[in-house]
Parts: sequence; C-alpha cells; structure tokens
Amino acid sequence: MLVAHRLFPSPVAVSLQMWDAAINGPLLIDLGRTLLRASIAFVVAMVLGSALGIGLGRVRWADRLFSGWLLVGLNLPAIVVAIVLYIWLGLTDLALILAVTINKLPLVTSIVREGVRSFAHEFDELGAVFRMSVWRRLRLIFVPQLVPFVLAAARTGLSLIWKIVLVFEVLGSDGGVGYRIAIQFQFFDITGILAYTTAFILVVLAFEYGFLRPLERRVVRWRPVQP
Amino acid sequence: MASGPALSIDISAKRFAGASQPLLADLELAIAPSSVVALVGPSGVGKSSLLRIIAGIDTAFSGDVLIAGVAAHQASTPGFVFQDPRLLPWLTAAHNIMAVDPAISAEVAQAALARVGLADAGALYPHQLSGGMQRRVALARAFSVNARLLLLDEPFVSLDRTLVDEIQQLFLQLVAQTRPTVIFVSHLIDDAARLADRAVLFDGRPAQIVADIALPIPPAQRDDATLTDYRAQLDAAGRQPYSV
Repeated sequence: MLVAHRLFPSPVAVSLQMWDAAINGPLLIDLGRTLLRASIAFVVAMVLGSALGIGLGRVRWADRLFSGWLLVGLNLPAIVVAIVLYIWLGLTDLALILAVTINKLPLVTSIVREGVRSFAHEFDELGAVFRMSVWRRLRLIFVPQLVPFVLAAARTGLSLIWKIVLVFEVLGSDGGVGYRIAIQFQFFDITGILAYTTAFILVVLAFEYGFLRPLERRVVRWRPVQP
Repeated sequence: MASGPALSIDISAKRFAGASQPLLADLELAIAPSSVVALVGPSGVGKSSLLRIIAGIDTAFSGDVLIAGVAAHQASTPGFVFQDPRLLPWLTAAHNIMAVDPAISAEVAQAALARVGLADAGALYPHQLSGGMQRRVALARAFSVNARLLLLDEPFVSLDRTLVDEIQQLFLQLVAQTRPTVIFVSHLIDDAARLADRAVLFDGRPAQIVADIALPIPPAQRDDATLTDYRAQLDAAGRQPYSV
C-alpha cells in the first residue's frame, strides 16, 4: 500500500499536486472562472425561476399554458441544450452560462410554483380582515412562506449546476476546472484529476457550511424542529 | 366611555357559484351599539359567511351591510378572532400583534399581551405556546387594533372545558373594559347563554332567523339559575338542541 500506483494515487500525492497546481499552476484561475460562470448562472436562474414560479403558481391560465413546457424543460437532456447553444452562439462564455441557466431554470420554477400553490389561504384572509397594506402582506405573509421553497430550490439547483458546469466546460471552453480535467483525461493524469476535483469539492463544502446552512438556520429559525 | 358602532344588515342574496339555493336570502338584522350578539345555528348554515360579509372581506353578495352608516368593506378595521388562533408561525407573539397594524408599537403589543396574562410570552414563537396561549394571543391581537367592532368566528371550538371558561372570562373582561359592538358566531347555545346580550338563531337554507332573543341580565351577573333559564329559552326557540 505504501507504493502508490499510478492510477490510484495516495491522498498525500493528491494534496501535494493540488498545492503545487494552486501555487505554480492555473488551479486558482481555473477555479475562479468556473465559479464565476456557476454564480452568474445560479443568480440568473434563481431570480428568473422564482419570478416564473410565482407567476405560474398564482395565475391559473399561465400555468395551464406553460406547464407542458416546464415539463419539457425539466426533462430536456442538459447536453442537448449545451450543444445547440454552442452551435448557435459559438464556444463562448455566454453560450456556456446560458446553457447552465436554461438547465436549472425549470427546476427552480417548479419548486417555487409548488411552494406558492401550497400557501395558506387562511393567512391571506388574516391580511384582508385586518386591512393590511400590500407591502405588509408581502413582507409578513408572502415572503416568509416563500423562503423555504426558494432555499430548497437553491440547494437542489446548486448541486445541478456544479455537475453540469464542468461537463459544459469539457465540451467547449478555453479554461475552467472542466477544461483542465479534460486535458488531464487525455494524459490519464489521475492525480491531477483528483487534485482538481478535491479543490472543487472544498469550494462546494465551504459554500454549503459557510453560507447556505447559516442562512437557512437564520430564516427558518421559527420552525419547531431543527435538525 | 367610547361605544361601538350600530350595524344595519340587509342582505337580499348571498350565493356561492354552482349552488342552486342561495346561502343567505332576505336577511335583515339591526344591531345596537355596544351590544354583544351571538349568531347561533348548526354548522354550514351560513353564520361564518355572514361574519365574513360583516368583516368586509366578502363583497360578493347583493344587499347592504352598513357599519355606523359606512359600507362594511370601507368601514374601519374590525377586530377579528378566527376559529383557529391563526398566528403567523414565523413571528413571535408580540410581532404577531404588531403585524396587523403599523400603528401598534412594541409597548402597546406588550401591554396587550399583559392584559391576557401573557406578559412573559412576547418573545416566544407560536409553536412554543400552548393551544390556549395561542388563543389568548389571537384575542389580544383582535383587541389591540382598537376596533370598535369585534367579530369572533367560533372562538371557543376545540378547546377543553377549563380553557373555554378561562378564555370566556377573559373575553368578558376585555369587552367590559372597552365596550365594543361584538358579534360572535357559535354552534353552541351555551356560549350565547353565557356571553351574549342577544342571541339570533339561524336555520334552514337559505338561512332564516328562527328566533331573536334578548338576554337582558349582564353576563357577569348571571348565576346558574339564569344560565339554565337562558339555555332553556334558546333550546325551545331553536326547536332542536344544539347544546353540549
């Protein structure tokens, strides 16, 4: 076991390689590019998806009109969207970000839509009886009911983004974690692949525990049961 | 002492889409200022719908409901107590009271909670309160909007006997302090016998007023004999016993 096989590098070798790639190599630049793409796609998909979800959840005819399309969007193979956009827009960052956004959008929309549909009519009645202003109803009744669903959409959407953004980078880009891994694949450089993957996973964990979890604890602290 | 508004209710028809019979038809009712009126009838008869019309949140009916001469949906905010406590689970007890009206300050909310015996519960979330405590917060909320008109929809259902007594005592105290006009809906004649100055009994479809009974002795001075007498009167008038 002490002798590290070329295809099964030890954690130490992977860590060393990661350190080396970070200091001397392009790891940090690649990571930065991937994160930038992922974050733009994430933010755009969250904002648009939430707006669409609220619309579809509230307006019945819009839901009837678009729910079929939503189903198509949910089940459209991610790779098809990427290839089509690469053909139309060229191998650009715009095409990549757009492809990621389009893949995540239906998921956010459907989760938020279900959330809006589940809103308690009782609380609307409370707002009406006490003649609460539109702004107060939004802030005190609408948004607190929406937030858990937006958080759920953010969580599932984020995991989807992490997965597909690398695939799209392999497919057509000139930098980023996925691009670098594709090159290392050609050399069967398993140590390099694992080093990049580990760096990427560390970022994901940092985001989850440093940002998403604390945020979630804060906004749903009123809930009876906390895991 | 301030007094509650007079109400004049004249509903020619209230029907739900798809229903063959209207729920309410040719219903006329005048309510004196600062009286406590119980609307009593079996469930489904339309009492709650009538209360929502009076609250101004249901305007899909033909007729007029005037509160101190103003149409219900334009009248000033009523205090309302729902069948369930209906507290917003993401707000503390004090914030639940402040939520319904920007004019309610933290001090006013705290004072309202103190009046219902919950001075220490202001910072607790609804799930940390017992069912009875939640009801009391809901009662405090209804009173803290300074409404001259108080509407209660089955406020004592699904509570055990002790809690009902406790909340009813609290209710009588608060009403005696502020003298609003009160309309409450119940399917139990016992609630009417204990709390109301006047009981209006409904039955049938469309709902008809089958009896309109004055209960002149003030609630605080009713002894067991009076209560028995009132229950008997209401029972006889309602033809069918709704009593516990």
